Amino acid sequence: MATEERIDPLFRPLTKDVQAVGITRPSLSNWQQVVRKLVKNKLAMLGFFIILFLVVMAIIGPSLVPYSHSDQSLLDRNKELSAEHWFGTDELGRDMFARTWFGARISLTIGVVAALIDLVIGVTVGGIAGYMAGRGKKGDRIDNIIMRIIEILYGLPYLLVVILLMVVMEPGILTIIIALSATGWVGMARLVRGQILQLKNQEFIMAAQVLGAKFSRILLKHLIPNTFGVIIVNLTFTIPSAIFAESFLSFLGLGVQAPDASWGTMTNDAMGVILTGDWWRLFFPGLMISLTMFAFNVFGDGLQDALDPRLRD
Amino acid sequence: MTNYLVKRVLMMLVTLWIIVTLTFSLMHAIPGNPFASESDQLPEQILANLRAKYHLDEPLPVQYLMYLKNLVFLDLGPSIKSDSRSVNDMIADGFGASAWLGGQAISIAVVFGILFGIIAALNRNRTLDYVAMALAVLGVAVPSFIMAPLLINFLAIKFPLFPVATWGTWMHTVLPSLALAFGPIAIITRYMRASMIEVMNQNYIRTAEAKGIPTVLIVIKHGIRNAILPVITFLGPLIASLITGTFVVEKIFAIPGIGKYFVDGIFNRDYPVILGTTIFYSAILIVTIFLIDIAYSLIDPRIRLTKKEG
Amino acid sequence: MNQHLLTIDNLKVNFKTYGGEVQAVRGVSFHVDKGETVAIVGESGCGKSVTAQAIMGLIPNPPGRIVGGKVVFEGTEISSLPKKELLGIRGTQIGMVFQDPMTALNPTMKVGAQIVEGFVRSQKVSREEARKRAIEMLRLVGIPDPEQRVDQYPHQFSGGMRQRVVIAIALACDPKLVIADEPTTALDVTIQAQILDLLKRLQEEQQLSVVIITHDLGVVAEIAHRMVVMYAGMVVETGTVEDVFANPKHPYTWGLMRSLPRLDEEEKQRLVPIEGTPPDLFNPPVGCAFAARCDFAMEICKQQMPPTTSFGQGHEAACWLHDERAPRIEELVAAGRQA
Repeated sequence: MATEERIDPLFRPLTKDVQAVGITRPSLSNWQQVVRKLVKNKLAMLGFFIILFLVVMAIIGPSLVPYSHSDQSLLDRNKELSAEHWFGTDELGRDMFARTWFGARISLTIGVVAALIDLVIGVTVGGIAGYMAGRGKKGDRIDNIIMRIIEILYGLPYLLVVILLMVVMEPGILTIIIALSATGWVGMARLVRGQILQLKNQEFIMAAQVLGAKFSRILLKHLIPNTFGVIIVNLTFTIPSAIFAESFLSFLGLGVQAPDASWGTMTNDAMGVILTGDWWRLFFPGLMISLTMFAFNVFGDGLQDALDPRLRD
Repeated sequence: MTNYLVKRVLMMLVTLWIIVTLTFSLMHAIPGNPFASESDQLPEQILANLRAKYHLDEPLPVQYLMYLKNLVFLDLGPSIKSDSRSVNDMIADGFGASAWLGGQAISIAVVFGILFGIIAALNRNRTLDYVAMALAVLGVAVPSFIMAPLLINFLAIKFPLFPVATWGTWMHTVLPSLALAFGPIAIITRYMRASMIEVMNQNYIRTAEAKGIPTVLIVIKHGIRNAILPVITFLGPLIASLITGTFVVEKIFAIPGIGKYFVDGIFNRDYPVILGTTIFYSAILIVTIFLIDIAYSLIDPRIRLTKKEG
Repeated sequence: MNQHLLTIDNLKVNFKTYGGEVQAVRGVSFHVDKGETVAIVGESGCGKSVTAQAIMGLIPNPPGRIVGGKVVFEGTEISSLPKKELLGIRGTQIGMVFQDPMTALNPTMKVGAQIVEGFVRSQKVSREEARKRAIEMLRLVGIPDPEQRVDQYPHQFSGGMRQRVVIAIALACDPKLVIADEPTTALDVTIQAQILDLLKRLQEEQQLSVVIITHDLGVVAEIAHRMVVMYAGMVVETGTVEDVFANPKHPYTWGLMRSLPRLDEEEKQRLVPIEGTPPDLFNPPVGCAFAARCDFAMEICKQQMPPTTSFGQGHEAACWLHDERAPRIEELVAAGRQA
């Protein structure tokens, strides 16, 4: 056509291609994004490696020296650091290196086991309460009763209750774990219930209900995975608080009993020598407690940031 | 308002009653008798007299009711181990030191925590923020029973600025208060920082900017007040942890406070003392949380106590 | 008119993000005369709000930054003023109405105090005078019982009432210019009409100049005298509302018009959405930003920025279709856009 001939090539109409203006950025799966963000967080990674180090040393540390945590040697009392005793010795001549890593075993075990028990009880109770809420009169009643119990337990000072339980029960590691778990699950239960109540009103859960999915299936396939993030973050904070509680109790003389060592008992033993300048007695257990608290807290913070979709770039 | 207050006070009494009952059952669930260590030496007759004196020969429900009756008259009963002293005496004795220590620690924590939080938030991702956050991480990581000997070592022995331990002048209160406040400062700093950052990103801050209000005034009039609110709700659990913190701090610094009586009670298995001090601590905590709730509703106009009625 | 009240000249604003630098506003120019209402129209993300914030010097920095151009208010270049002097203009000379009345008010401050906060600062008045002023402002924006309302908190007001309060705040110091950033978007339709009526009434009574930012052509038709159509951080068409509505010159404006229901046309026309999404402003296209979504795009549109063509009485559009070399639009339309 004649008109076509006239047109400057630059002014030739284009065929429209809307599809070309699509998504340009690659999309990552949720967990990939979380991991990528966590790895980029230097402080969180530092925490992660400290935790890893502490775990490894708890496993192999005591066997690196030819002494056990309870071997006494009256000739080597309160010795400073040396080639024989890397962390020095205490007032009974026991090797501080062996005791410190033996203590790590106890502290980490108590922390992890207590936190896991909290997790199981808390998720179960919180999950049931959250699911029952709003399911008729009966469901509301169950939720109400659970919440009342939780409220009362939550109102009690955590450590005070643990102390009372420790007074009543035979001292020992198992007792500490029981005492810590007795009230420790409450925080997790509250958190899980809140999360589930929030999720329940979202459309995908309603869709599953409309499609006739069973209670257990909805809980397992939808609710638990979606609360997974907050649960993990909470875990990274309950582990150090259990470790702290253990060392607190042991410091008061209510926790781990001699000849076993824990960081708390070692700190307590060191109180008598603050004035004499045997610094290593306090330094190593104190450092380990602080490192553990530090590592779990910064790692937990990093995880929380990584899981927070609002902070994602 | 009155309606709500009455309801809250009743709830407080119920909670306290549950605590009393739980603690009482716990203490009496322990096998053996509280005179176990002495019973070898004591003749049967004296032991019976002792039991009668402390009503341990009565059935448990009767003991429980008697304890509740005495409690109504604020009588926490006698101590078993230290003769002639009642639990009330001990609490009265230790209250001054403990209250001073706790009050000073919480004041330090609130003032400095809020201050550091604001400074960190306003200098977000700059040096001051990093310093404040490093301090906060340290505060969370180092427990008071490590902090206390460190403070003694540096500020009492290496540089003898403060007394090593015991109680007396104000100088004696400095180190224990610092040891106790260190953790709470860290926690309040973190909360305040997060809260302040959130508030400063709110739309009403932009409204204030659009009015031409200088930044300093915006921070004071619109920022801090709104940012402090969520931090206040956190004070309850913080005071709870402060109370338990006094146990170790009073122990380390040899301060004659209630915490010391409590810890001594634990070692002597002096059940009335443990029971009494636990109830006392719980009461303090419950009342504090109640007061915090009221303070909160006074500061936040959105929460009117009357609205919760019915 | 020798001097405009407000002139925006080639304004450019960038935002730093993790993904790179976003060019949110890429050379925007327009002006506002005294007593006139100018609407800035465009879809979300086209840079309307950023432009408004730039006028007030409210671009959050970091991450945002004015990288070029200037804002001139009453002959003063305010985009380069030191902060202290800018504070004297904000509120007192230029007021701002924000989009979301639910969050634009401080929840813990009485509304009266919020209204006169800027007034008290600039006029140094006594407490009673301030209170009187606050009541007067509440009455002006049509809030009943202003004497009681002045001592209430924002949560005691409904959404529409809060927006009236926000307007009262903007007007408290008798500013010459009010910038309203989507003032009705967050409100119910009936309330929207009330707020627009209020803005229109105030504009006429107080001889205000108003810049209203909206994506709603209905709002434009209702209250604006002139309009500026923005797309991807640039102005694509500007002119009086009558001219642009009667004879739109840019394909994007056509698109906006076609996506708007009309009551005045007899045959029922289907609403046609503009397909696709605005371009990525991390890497804005070299040529016309709208080319990828334009039914009439030509080779040159992708290669070069279109020049601005004037159609008289301030009606201008930036589009290659108005180049003399371009095929006539009617031919293109005939060639099959409707197919």
